[in-house]
Amino acid sequence: MSDKRTGAQILCEALIQNGVDTMFGLPGGAIMPFYHAMWEYRSELRHILCRHEQGAGHAAEGFARSTGRIGVCIGTSGPGTTNLVTPIADAWMDSTPMLAICGQVSSAVLGKDAFQETDITGITMPITKHNYLIKRVEDIAYAVKEAIFIATTGRPGPVLVDITKDALQASMVPDYSKKIFLPGYRPTYQGSKKQIKAALDLMLQSKKPVMMIGNGVMMANASDEVMAFAERYQIPVITTLHGLGAFPQDHPLSLGMPGMHGWVHANRAIQESDFLLNIGGRFDDRVTGKASTFAPNASIVHVDIDPSEIGKNIEVDVPIVGDAKLVLLSLLEEEPEERKVTEFHHAAAEWLVYVRELQAKHQHKQQYLNRPDTSVMMPHDVYAVLTKEMNERGNYRVVTDVGQHQMWAAQLLDWYRPRTHITSGGAGTMGFAMPAALGVAVAHPEDTVWVVCGDGGFQMTNQEMIVVVQENIKNIKIAIINNGFLGMVRQWQELFEGKRYSGTPLTSPNFQKLAEAYGWTGITVESGDQIEAAVQQAYATDGPVLIDFRVEREVNVFPMVPQNKSIGEMITE
Amino acid sequence: MKTHILVVLMQDHPGVLNRAVSMFRRRGYNIASLAVGHTETTGVSRMTVVVESDHVEQVVKQLYRLVEVLKVSDVTNDPTVEREMALVKLHVPSQQRAEIVALAEVFGAKIVDVSVTAMVIEMTGGPAKVDNFIDMVRPFGIKEMMRTGRIAMVRGARGHSGADLVDTGWQNDVAGAASAAAQ
Repeated sequence: MSDKRTGAQILCEALIQNGVDTMFGLPGGAIMPFYHAMWEYRSELRHILCRHEQGAGHAAEGFARSTGRIGVCIGTSGPGTTNLVTPIADAWMDSTPMLAICGQVSSAVLGKDAFQETDITGITMPITKHNYLIKRVEDIAYAVKEAIFIATTGRPGPVLVDITKDALQASMVPDYSKKIFLPGYRPTYQGSKKQIKAALDLMLQSKKPVMMIGNGVMMANASDEVMAFAERYQIPVITTLHGLGAFPQDHPLSLGMPGMHGWVHANRAIQESDFLLNIGGRFDDRVTGKASTFAPNASIVHVDIDPSEIGKNIEVDVPIVGDAKLVLLSLLEEEPEERKVTEFHHAAAEWLVYVRELQAKHQHKQQYLNRPDTSVMMPHDVYAVLTKEMNERGNYRVVTDVGQHQMWAAQLLDWYRPRTHITSGGAGTMGFAMPAALGVAVAHPEDTVWVVCGDGGFQMTNQEMIVVVQENIKNIKIAIINNGFLGMVRQWQELFEGKRYSGTPLTSPNFQKLAEAYGWTGITVESGDQIEAAVQQAYATDGPVLIDFRVEREVNVFPMVPQNKSIGEMITE
Repeated sequence: MKTHILVVLMQDHPGVLNRAVSMFRRRGYNIASLAVGHTETTGVSRMTVVVESDHVEQVVKQLYRLVEVLKVSDVTNDPTVEREMALVKLHVPSQQRAEIVALAEVFGAKIVDVSVTAMVIEMTGGPAKVDNFIDMVRPFGIKEMMRTGRIAMVRGARGHSGADLVDTGWQNDVAGAASAAAQ
């Protein structure tokens, strides 16, 4: 016998049936029926109350990116949902599987500018993979099923479900059995055999091959296959910002990060290569520099699950539409002629020696540090200690914000495991780190989650610190790289705008006291000799810790490619 | 920039036109003409878009990213029947009536309304023919004019039916491949 359920109860049951166990959100008028029902399901559906919907959205992103599972955030109608717009846009740019559940005013007043009414499906149309306005209780169960299916398959992305209050309140006997019907949505997972053969043929003719791996490798969990392919053919591997960790950086074939703040040797390898295999990267302008000058001598193979990414920014020779893991498996299945492979190995070995020489010359992590004569604390000193302590203790994940500290983290910390480096890449959302770390910490209670953040971005969303206390989360440690500036903008002002520091000097509260006010342990570090003790104290403390590192104020991130210049033209000091 | 004619079949859902048009706007693709309507298949609507772009392949791919888009075809180089319709209200004093009627006959246009000093003419044809007709009647004094967007259909038995796109057996493949990839 089936009993009637309210739309809100059906929503809870549909979420549970589709694998959701954790949600981040805030209640409000229109979404109240959902919160009412949630109470009954609280043993299966954990709700984490954030302090701002933007925080809830980023927390859902952190949860999703560190696990590969759907991240769920909730907001009520009107401002509750508009506050979700930034994390939705961020998830859209970085292809993060996210479900945003929004309350909407009752269908009777919809379209009449009712209290807290906002057209959130209209607003988020360009930044969601798909979205729904649900006005009938009959449609809730299926919409949740379809939304999660769309968000997590193909190229993942955010999907928004907006549900009117009366649909949540109405009752029916639920039916969860309707099969997904999406005749227009058929993502391609298997790469074309013909194209895969063509790609391999092209590669075996080359003498200077490189592989570049991006977010697609992370999301397809294809690290092992990347390793197997790179080792079999002995090809150097470049990892984009979102690829960091997908290939261990201490591997002899690892070249690290390319692009605007990438390594000189990685960019040189791209520019001098005659074959480039890009797997799951979208040739972002921060990677390519001026697109027309990118990899001028290379034949390019581009593997992406989204056909629209292929040929969008960079013309390619062999396009392969498919899932990174499955395409790599197909590439590994190929048995090319032994003679061709031997010739290729012979030529590529010389190239590998050359590339490693370049790397040896350019990848000294402290090389691009113009240390003044005084004994000031440089940001690099903080990263050096963090690297040492993290490596000694293992099991770390790092969430970074946006700006100088983010690029230093990408350059100076060590990345060995997939999904250990979580950052806002495409959208460049300041304020991402603190709430995203909340999601990462909830998903990985066994790991230490480090937030590395600037003093600017931190002040955008630091209210979520109290959620950590309310939820009794202990595995978050924050390192603020506090230089008293919106540092990356200041760097551009210094380098390109005659040091006109317009709108960049920044006054901050006393972060140690702020941390203490939130019930955290707060530490202030003002000189280099205190760094190690502070980080060790953070590890020794059974609870959340914030360290305010007051570093030298005007330090630049190098190397750097000026905007719209070729990645062959790097500034190194 | 090159002009392309795209035939787009979409699921007939609320907001689907908005999704398509919004994509054109935000990616900077210029729509020269657009017409939407029902098709022979229930639940499938059809849009003819005339778009000016040197990167039409990107336009097609971006349309395919929309979950409700079923099929996109660039029919620019196919043999097609293309039609537009114009309703033209002309200022016509009685002494000029005969002249207008003769002109309409030459173009195969229909006179759909006649009053003491005005006429409404319905002109249907390929875009060039409609242009030509409008040029010819302009000297008489156009009081009002309204043109539809272009609709297009490929000649011959081959075509763009929605019926074969709405099957149901495929979704398990996607789910299977997704779980294979996750292992």
